[in-house]
Amino acid sequence: MGDEIDEGLRSELQRQGIWVTSMQELYNWGRKNSIWPLQFGLACCAIEMIATAASRYDIARFGAEVFRPSPRQADLMIVAGTVTKKMAPQIVRLYNQMPDPKYVIAMGACAISGGPFKQGYNVLKGIDRYIPVDVYIPGCPPRPEALLHAFMELQRKIDNQKLSGPNKSDHLDREHPSEYPVPAFGKHDLVPRANPDVFRPPQIERV
Amino acid sequence: METLEQIKKRIEAAVPGAKIDIVNNGSPSAQHSLKIDNEHARDVARFLRDDPALRFDFCSNVTGVDWLDRVIKKTVKTKQVVDGVEKDVDLTSEEKIPGYLEAVYHLFSIAHKHGPVIIRMQTGRANAQLSSLTPIWRSAELQEREIFDLYGIKFEGHPDLRRILMWDEFEDFPMRKDYRPPDDFEWEPTPHDDVLERAKQHYPARPTETELKPS
Repeated sequence: MGDEIDEGLRSELQRQGIWVTSMQELYNWGRKNSIWPLQFGLACCAIEMIATAASRYDIARFGAEVFRPSPRQADLMIVAGTVTKKMAPQIVRLYNQMPDPKYVIAMGACAISGGPFKQGYNVLKGIDRYIPVDVYIPGCPPRPEALLHAFMELQRKIDNQKLSGPNKSDHLDREHPSEYPVPAFGKHDLVPRANPDVFRPPQIERV
Repeated sequence: METLEQIKKRIEAAVPGAKIDIVNNGSPSAQHSLKIDNEHARDVARFLRDDPALRFDFCSNVTGVDWLDRVIKKTVKTKQVVDGVEKDVDLTSEEKIPGYLEAVYHLFSIAHKHGPVIIRMQTGRANAQLSSLTPIWRSAELQEREIFDLYGIKFEGHPDLRRILMWDEFEDFPMRKDYRPPDDFEWEPTPHDDVLERAKQHYPARPTETELKPS
């Protein structure tokens, strides 16, 4: 397998009728073209997600039309909508039940930050407080094109993942957690309010 | 439909001991309401539902209100004799109304196609308790649960009084005016107004004069 193949050599070989690839490319090529999303929606963003899956926008072009009703069969979690604090533990639990490699798209203003409800008492201010998010899509709700763009970004990300070496993909790293603690229902709020291993907001520094 | 005054009189005749007040609504909608006392609430409600002329068979809406302490100022113009001369003097009186919680029911009649008649019940903030009208109107069940969840009013006689929106372990009552939401404003990319005030509490402290001076 080794390192990257020299592009010049490859095109030369291709001209001679020999197609050369690497295990990594083949593996990522297969993965990126069959991202099966978990079938669930939380709010109005889910309607846009459904529109993306329907014939006009046709997510099948990206190999992602197979919405799975079970987290055991899903590769991708599209957090489409407002995550209330009552729902957040269930989302984290579903994420934990998905097998590696798994990816998360936070779709819409609510899923990335709480959106218009962020001053409320019952809406989680972004699902990235508890699980790692790969692609964020702003919008309220984002149009289907935005979700397709997120898919293409995710495909690009998968395509660039390494199978070995120091920069290898997280899901191949035994040390990297694939499950995250489920927050508990507290007396006033979720406990903890955020998982510090995942949620690292930028800090204001005074110089 | 009968006027509120007529309904009030008929209730007082039908339910002995019931204390009914008419609460006037000064807004253009002028939806005046009946304040009924907690003790006779269920009898009054049953009368409103079963009386053949009223037949309020549909309770469309139940909601809670948290009223803060209020001071109502009244100005009365009187004539007083000051130093032997009669003058117009404004007398202001203040009436203090302590805060209370309230449940408001909107009633309609499908049979007679009239309504709404609005009834309200009041209770104190501490140990808030009202009698449930779910036995009279089944449609009040979930909405009374919601009031219990968000305002903390216990409805006596409710068949299944649990929290409905917040989780069972939750202890606060978010729609009460004295509720303070949890402080999770540690990361606000574009704070403004109230959010800015709350986000500032998470900002690191400004360096003091001594820290700024190079040693």
